[in-house]
Amino acid sequence: MAGVEIRHLSKRFGQLHAVDDVDLSIREGEFLVLLGPSGCGKTTLLRMIAGLERPTAGEIHIGGAPPRARGIAMVFQSYALYPHRTVSRNISFPLEALGLPRAVIEQKVRWAAEMFSIARYLDRYPRQLSGGERQRVALCRALVRDPKVFLLDEPLANLDAKLRNTARDELKRFQRQVKRTVVYVTHDQVEAMGLGDRIVVMDRGKVRQVGTPHEVYEDPVDTFVATFLGQPPMNLVELQGALLGFRPEHFLPVAHFGANEALRTFPLSVRRVEYLGSDRYVYGSVGGAGATVIAKLPATVATEIAEGSDMEFAVPERALCYFDAATGARQRR
Amino acid sequence: MLLRRRHGGTATTVKRSLADRENVLGAALLAPALAYVLLLVGVPFVLAIVLSFSTATAGSLSFGWAGFANYRAILADPIFRRALANTAIVTIGSQVLVVVLATAAAQVFRAAFHGKRTARFVLLLPWAVPVSLAAIAWTWIFDSTFSVINWTLKVGGLLHGWLYWLGDPTLALVAIIIVQAWRIFPFATVIVLAGLSSIPQEVVEAAIVDGAGFWRRLFHVELPLLLPVVAVAVLFGVVYTATDLGVVYILTGGGPANTTHVLPTLAFQRGIQGADLGQGAAIAVFLLPFLIVVAIAMLRLARHTEVGTT
Amino acid sequence: MKRVALYAAALGFMAFAGFPFYWMLITAFKQNRDLYVGAFDTRHVPWIFNDPPTLEHVRLLFGQTDFLRWIANTLIVVVAVVVVTVAVAVPAGYSLARLTGRWGERLGIGIFFTYLIPPTLLFIPFARLVALLGLQNSLGALILIYPTITIPFCTWLVMGFLRSVPWDIEEQAMIDGYSRLAVIVKVVPRLIVPGILTVVVFSFTLVLQEFVYALTFISSVDKMTVSLGVPIALVRGDVYHWGALMAAALFTSIPLAIVYNLFIDRFIQGFTLGAVKG
Repeated sequence: MAGVEIRHLSKRFGQLHAVDDVDLSIREGEFLVLLGPSGCGKTTLLRMIAGLERPTAGEIHIGGAPPRARGIAMVFQSYALYPHRTVSRNISFPLEALGLPRAVIEQKVRWAAEMFSIARYLDRYPRQLSGGERQRVALCRALVRDPKVFLLDEPLANLDAKLRNTARDELKRFQRQVKRTVVYVTHDQVEAMGLGDRIVVMDRGKVRQVGTPHEVYEDPVDTFVATFLGQPPMNLVELQGALLGFRPEHFLPVAHFGANEALRTFPLSVRRVEYLGSDRYVYGSVGGAGATVIAKLPATVATEIAEGSDMEFAVPERALCYFDAATGARQRR
Repeated sequence: MLLRRRHGGTATTVKRSLADRENVLGAALLAPALAYVLLLVGVPFVLAIVLSFSTATAGSLSFGWAGFANYRAILADPIFRRALANTAIVTIGSQVLVVVLATAAAQVFRAAFHGKRTARFVLLLPWAVPVSLAAIAWTWIFDSTFSVINWTLKVGGLLHGWLYWLGDPTLALVAIIIVQAWRIFPFATVIVLAGLSSIPQEVVEAAIVDGAGFWRRLFHVELPLLLPVVAVAVLFGVVYTATDLGVVYILTGGGPANTTHVLPTLAFQRGIQGADLGQGAAIAVFLLPFLIVVAIAMLRLARHTEVGTT
Repeated sequence: MKRVALYAAALGFMAFAGFPFYWMLITAFKQNRDLYVGAFDTRHVPWIFNDPPTLEHVRLLFGQTDFLRWIANTLIVVVAVVVVTVAVAVPAGYSLARLTGRWGERLGIGIFFTYLIPPTLLFIPFARLVALLGLQNSLGALILIYPTITIPFCTWLVMGFLRSVPWDIEEQAMIDGYSRLAVIVKVVPRLIVPGILTVVVFSFTLVLQEFVYALTFISSVDKMTVSLGVPIALVRGDVYHWGALMAAALFTSIPLAIVYNLFIDRFIQGFTLGAVKG
């Protein structure tokens, strides 16, 4: 069992700092998600852990051992199954590379296949399988070597939206079962929040924040993290030289709140209301500057909202975040 | 017609007259090529086979039936049998060399390095050059008295006697195999390189992560995926070598003493120079088995890759 | 370390592929007394100029042989064949790629397979045909027969090329109201120019490289093409004038190689269309 120690890791491509001086301590057995927009360096970081890219600077230690004895397994976004080999021979490939005896290999393949319920596909070829089935084969192939760390590169990206939820659930259950460290790359913040024990939010090669889903969502360290997480993103309003941030779900008609709550009120000019079934999104503007804000009203809040009207909305003080207008950094008050 | 197919049933009535036009247009554009191929390839092809059963000569326009006489004559002729064997030997020998050279060269040339463009230019020279000119250059290189190969081998301490390349039946055949391999391996290399670049990068990386070293990756992942491409290169190589006249004609003329004839040179000697069209045709017909095997193999390959290995 | 091995291997392959051309170069410009030294004489190094280089072989080649006439003959044949090929193969390729659907593909494959029927089989019946038409020992025979090599191959090249050119522009034109014929005449030429260029280049190289038919149908030296004349007719009695021979080979090979190199990628695209995806 192993954690992963990453110290001062950098990767440069010419002038571009794909990964810029990253320090990270991944705990043994945790499900860590690397989250960020495309080009933020999360995949490059993953590939360096895998040994597919050599760092320009810095070190990676897995279970205390240097790169050579890595003991990692990786699942690629495209699954990268060997098209010319059957499923069973795809799964056995890493074991063949280890030189294990035939009988042991067969037994391990069967064990892995049963764990993901794909035993009946063992004699098929990848081209005969669906996307979800291929993904499970890729996971089997990763599992069968009993690695210290699993690396997953956006494995759900190629699945249908419907499949993604069940796949997410299966993945998390699988990880709880095998109790191995998982490093998971995604750009989808919903996935990150749903899967991660901790989330590493990255932007342009740098780590912005590391924390549990709760921490990065409720207590963001800057405006990037604040607006990247949450759908719709956090509202940012400029007020007296500072940036005020509040999440749409905390932004409700003033009448909804109790009399004793400490509130900050805003006069909202309602522009548009979207009815989405379980929620209503109210688009409008506040203050003289006319910054666009969004309120997310659950179906349980039945207040009538008319487009074009002006209403008094409020945010609980405790839910407000203050950011420096110039740097975007969080100010604690 | 195609427009209709791509947009479903929309506007079928408008396209009706256009569709007819498309078929006519297609046929009209195709007609000259089709006519040329049918008249000047199809017909002569059939004629070649017909001539093999005749007593036709090149001198006149006469034609008489000979039944299987030509075939019986050549099959009894040791020179023909030797030519048939030589064709097989040269083809197989040179193609084995080509595969080895091309896969090795492709590994080297897939990497990026300084001067790669120049390197590729030089590498392609044997393929770009007219066969006859390459052959005459090699004749000079293999010359018994002045062979620069002999000189180099002698100076390198590897040669103690002397190699009468084109004067010795076995050595001459070796020389022919070398020239054919030299001529064709650049073409095969370029094809294999194209194939290598079509192997998905992630599959190779998966193999690296799975712990496969260089050799295991090569033999268990890259080569199997390369097989269709290598097969195409080999098939073309077989056609170019088995049906080639220039290299043998210029290097040895079929000698010494008819020992290095291949089917094309013998067919030329008997049919054109000797004016016995019937016999020439019969000899050349023996190239067909080679070609049919190649054609079938190519069709199989095309179908196999259509089904897909992805 | 690996870098060194890589460069060494690359050099090795280049040496193997290229040394005959270096040898051509040296021979073409070496004085005879530097050239005709027995190879058993290990004190004399044949790979370098031991005496200063000379232009005598080149002068012989251009002054006292039919080399220039052969070049002229070759050019005549090349131009004629290229014109015929472009006129026939390009429309055919377009038709097979765009207008005829599934049976068109099959026909296309059939046409390609005729490329595999070798000259060393067809030259026998062609001897008859040429005699019938009275074209013996004439460039006309070559102009008639060379397209049987160039048309199948170039049709296939054009088909392959068109497959990588998207439909959209032509479709748009048709939706905008142009008739099919108008689309072909107005829109397609601009799209297909690179394809036509490739056809020109490959017909050019195929004609220049051809030897078998030239050998079969041309008997007098003044009608020969370069590919035929150089190896066959630069001989006086039993004596090969190696200097002049190699000069001729060199001057023909290098320009051809340069042209060829510029278009090699297209060529490969055509060849591997079936076997390599994307």
